[in-house]
Amino acid sequence: MIQAMEAERPAPAAEGAVPAVEVRGLSKTYNGGVLALDDVDAVFPQGALTSLLGPSGCGKTTLLKIVAGLLPASEGEVRVMGRAVDGPGPERAFVFQDFALLPWATVLRNAAFGLELRGVPEAEREAAARRCIAEVGLAGTEGRYPHELSGGMRQRVGLARALAVDADVLLMDEPFSAVDEQTRRKFQEDLLRLRGVERKTFIVVTHSIEEAVYLSDRIILLSPGPGRVARIVEPEIDRTLSPEAIRRDPHYLETVEDIWQGLRDFVE
Amino acid sequence: MRLFGVRLPMMSSLILWCVLWEVAGRLDLVFLLPPFSAVLVAMTEIVPTAGFLRATWLTLGCFALGMALAVLVGVPLGVLMGRSRAADRLLGLWVNLFLSAPLSALVPILMILFGLGTTTIVATVFLFAVWIITLDTQAGVRSVAPSLLEMARTYGAGRVALYRRVILPAALPEILAGVRLGVIRGVKGVVIGQLLVSIVGYGALFELYSRSFLMEEFWALTILLFAFALVLADLVGRLEKRVEFYAGAR
Ligand SMILES: Nc1ncnc2c1ncn2[C@@H]1O[C@H](COP(=O)(O)OP(=O)(O)O)[C@@H](O)[C@H]1O
Ligand SMILES: [Mg+2]
Repeated sequence: MIQAMEAERPAPAAEGAVPAVEVRGLSKTYNGGVLALDDVDAVFPQGALTSLLGPSGCGKTTLLKIVAGLLPASEGEVRVMGRAVDGPGPERAFVFQDFALLPWATVLRNAAFGLELRGVPEAEREAAARRCIAEVGLAGTEGRYPHELSGGMRQRVGLARALAVDADVLLMDEPFSAVDEQTRRKFQEDLLRLRGVERKTFIVVTHSIEEAVYLSDRIILLSPGPGRVARIVEPEIDRTLSPEAIRRDPHYLETVEDIWQGLRDFVE
Repeated sequence: MRLFGVRLPMMSSLILWCVLWEVAGRLDLVFLLPPFSAVLVAMTEIVPTAGFLRATWLTLGCFALGMALAVLVGVPLGVLMGRSRAADRLLGLWVNLFLSAPLSALVPILMILFGLGTTTIVATVFLFAVWIITLDTQAGVRSVAPSLLEMARTYGAGRVALYRRVILPAALPEILAGVRLGVIRGVKGVVIGQLLVSIVGYGALFELYSRSFLMEEFWALTILLFAFALVLADLVGRLEKRVEFYAGAR
């Protein structure tokens, strides 16, 4: 009930605007008969960073891949800027958990690969890729190969590739899960900074409550078996504070605790 | 290798065997085994002859053509079997069967089909080399990371781009491993094919040498063929190493 009420409330970031992504009555049954998602409704407002949060196996990746057009839904529909979609499209870009870089291609070619597939001429796509590589803090590594980079740097290349195609919606599946804690925090701050300058819509899958609260304008909590929307939380973190101050902020800590209390039931 | 505390160069074990061969040859220990030095002399004698050169060209030509066909058929077939379950079910059994079957037994059938000439030799090379290329290509295509395929799809890759820019480059190390093994098998094929056809190329020379008990020449030719096989396998191996460099991170 809370979910229905909350879902209809427009996000403060985009009062009255069409949501960047909207899913209605989404269900997914895998071939083996596993019901991964059951009647999910969710709204992802334009320009906001929305997290999908929940324990492993609750269908976060499934939901994200359906939004990306990589998986067909069994029931329900996905709308991007008000238009129903049933496949991948240039207005959405995906950042993969395992980075999905071409091991035989340099950082530059990897970052430009989305544009290469779209047939953008070499000079033009490499200029765009160089800009995005600099934006994610990797300037100077253009000629290197993925296996010469750390996990965090590889994920930045994946992010640069997604930025280079200039999609409106960035879909990220646990983008920080394969990197160490320090890199992860640095990356989170960079993501917040990017969100400030890029005016894009971010949908980020995570299983970390702290990360979700720290990053998000809006958190969609999924409950497992089968995946359903359990609750929606808008953390309203004061972004003028420094990262350290945010992590000590009572409101931040309360929100984390509140979500943990809610999720605990599913885990037990 | 060390002997009595002295480091010996890499090839010394080979030298030891050559000496043993020489001694055995001189003592006339084994029937039909001439001294190694005599074989070397024979080698310098047969290499410049017109018959040998003609046989060499024929062998190289048949080998190159058979290998080219094996790659042109094996790689697409392997890609098909790697991408389509149905194709794998339909063809997998046969490919595996031919991979381990004693293919020399089929050469007489090829002779009936293609006659006693170069076509049969080309077909033998093809038959020996194609299956391992197919299977390794299939394994390579199967092992392409699913997220790479999804990545290509999210960025709107069409069918052609998907194969050309993602699947084939990702499977290239396995494809080349298959080609290297195919080369080794193809060399066997080109030799066995000629021996069985035995009226052209090295086969005819072997036939001539062994029938006239020209054992020096016989062994010289054998050694040359072994060296040919080793050099070819080494060349493809080098190419493979280069490709492994970029695939190192998988
Ligand atoms: N390809 C698949 N085939 C069958 N079941 C799957 C497949 N992918 C995921 N599942 C199942 O669907 C459920 C949700 O998976 P997933 O979306 O990966 O969860 P999460 O990303 O939240 O960990 C799990 O029970 C999982 O086992
Ligand atoms: Mg997941």
